[in-house]
Amino acid sequence: MTLESIISVRNLHVSYRDRKVLKGINLDIYKNRITAIMGPSGCGKSTLLRCMNRMIDLSEGARVGGKVLYRGENIYSPKIDPAQIRFRIGMVFQKPNPFPKSIFENVAFGPRINGYKGDLSALVEQSLQRAGLWDEVKDRLHENAYMLSGGQQQRLCIARALALEPEVLLLDEPCSALDPISTMHVEELIRQLKERLTIVIVTHNIQQAARVADYTAFLLQGELVEFGETSRMFTVPKDKRTEDFITGRFG
Amino acid sequence: MIRQDEMFSPGLQNRQRRNRIFKWIFLSANLLGLVVLAALLVKVMRDSWGWLDLQFISSFPSRFPEKAGILPALYGTVYLMIITAVFAIPLGIGAAVFLEEYAKKSKFLSIIQVNIYNLAGIPSIVYGILGLTVFVRWMMLGRSLLAGGLTMGLLILPVIIVTAQEAIRAVPQSWRHASYALGASKWQTIRYVVLPSALPGILTGIILALSRAIGETAPLIPIGALTFIRVIPGSLFDSFTVLPIQIYNWTSRPQDDFRAIAAAGIVVLLVVLLGMNSIAILLRNKYQGRIKEV
Ligand SMILES: Nc1ncnc2c1ncn2[C@@H]1O[C@H](COP(=O)(O)OP(=O)(O)OP(=O)(O)O)[C@@H](O)[C@H]1O
Ligand SMILES: [Mg+2]
Repeated sequence: MTLESIISVRNLHVSYRDRKVLKGINLDIYKNRITAIMGPSGCGKSTLLRCMNRMIDLSEGARVGGKVLYRGENIYSPKIDPAQIRFRIGMVFQKPNPFPKSIFENVAFGPRINGYKGDLSALVEQSLQRAGLWDEVKDRLHENAYMLSGGQQQRLCIARALALEPEVLLLDEPCSALDPISTMHVEELIRQLKERLTIVIVTHNIQQAARVADYTAFLLQGELVEFGETSRMFTVPKDKRTEDFITGRFG
Repeated sequence: MIRQDEMFSPGLQNRQRRNRIFKWIFLSANLLGLVVLAALLVKVMRDSWGWLDLQFISSFPSRFPEKAGILPALYGTVYLMIITAVFAIPLGIGAAVFLEEYAKKSKFLSIIQVNIYNLAGIPSIVYGILGLTVFVRWMMLGRSLLAGGLTMGLLILPVIIVTAQEAIRAVPQSWRHASYALGASKWQTIRYVVLPSALPGILTGIILALSRAIGETAPLIPIGALTFIRVIPGSLFDSFTVLPIQIYNWTSRPQDDFRAIAAAGIVVLLVVLLGMNSIAILLRNKYQGRIKEV
């Protein structure tokens, strides 16, 4: 099996005002693989993720140095429109954040905004199917999304991102607000989605990384301590700090 | 003895009593307002009894109380409110969107912000003088409906801006992020996420602002709305009067009958106000239903 890198992070530095948060990260995200970014709270996982689709632009005071290559092109080069990048690289947030609109409108939002030319209701159905939510909501598509449970809301947010058929999906601790059953649903879903797209998932949950990820990056205080295949990293970690982290001896 | 009882003295009875006392204080505050309002309404209704009829609504002012009517003032008020709304609402919302969504935080911005707050507190007669200078004289609009509407618009602009800003600020950041993450542009995010969610709050501000404008007389006096009008304004450049000025005019007459007519005028003013607000409230409820939050 050949590994094609779809996103390459090169010597990435990020600081908020004067505080350095990421210090020279180098990382490759492989196509059709699930990559987990794990590390203790505050180590810069979300920041790294937000750099991959330029959502970092919205953080006040954030300065980015270095490169993030998407299909070989630096997404921070001035001729790139961040909206274009976010159209191709979707994102799901830590707390479910559906729009205060109907379930249908939530999923239809992205396609509408980006001038979808096909059959919108078919696309909405297909996206909800892929997010494993269709059967639960097919009779109540026009109800407000906030009528759904937390886990359903999060899958709705995934469906909403999937409706754009993105090439990459970034997930920032998508299960942290969910109960174990909903978490299981979402993890199952993520494994299925791998066939169609590339997934990067941030988690502070070591078991979750072990369960879903093909590759894992371990981040500590803004530095990438170790990156590699999950199975290898969890059995023979190269770095002492990685070993301490996965055996629960700190963080 | 239970260990908790040694450590705490909950005084539940006392707390419940205090609970009840405060409930009654708040309730009476509410009732006091309602009672005063009801008393006013009853008095106005009683005074106007027998005077408020079709003849009154469809007639022009007159020296004879039996013949006097409110028609030109009614038209004047409705037209004036339309002009005011058309001028102030888009401008106010636009300014609020700029201040909240586009403007970079800076010293300059906070100076502007403080000045908008201050503008909301300036005596309304000052707006009248401003309107006289700028609209009537300088722009040569004359003592017209248009000049009056623009003056009124300026008067309520700060209120609309500030309430719209509050409403826009209350839209959760996470919804904006969700929109951007789907590739939406800034304008799309504002148009399809921020404004629809802020709309109920913006409409509340508009209701408050227009309710204030409809009862104002002071800013219109320098504009020249005090005149005795015998025609319905037919264009933006015609002279006009409005209900509160007409009412004031009647109350200052010596004859008792005119005071009854003034009461009838007040009832008409209240009905117009109510009609205007119900439209806004209907709109607001329509959107609020759609935008229920967590
Ligand atoms: N907008 C911001 N402005 C200033 N500092 C920030 C901002 N966002 C994050 N930080 C700081 O940057 C550091 C890294 O934050 P980040 O959110 O990337 O951590 P994280 O690894 O995702 O943590 P968690 O697991 O708690 O979500 C933290 O110390 C945080 O306080
Ligand atoms: Mg985070």
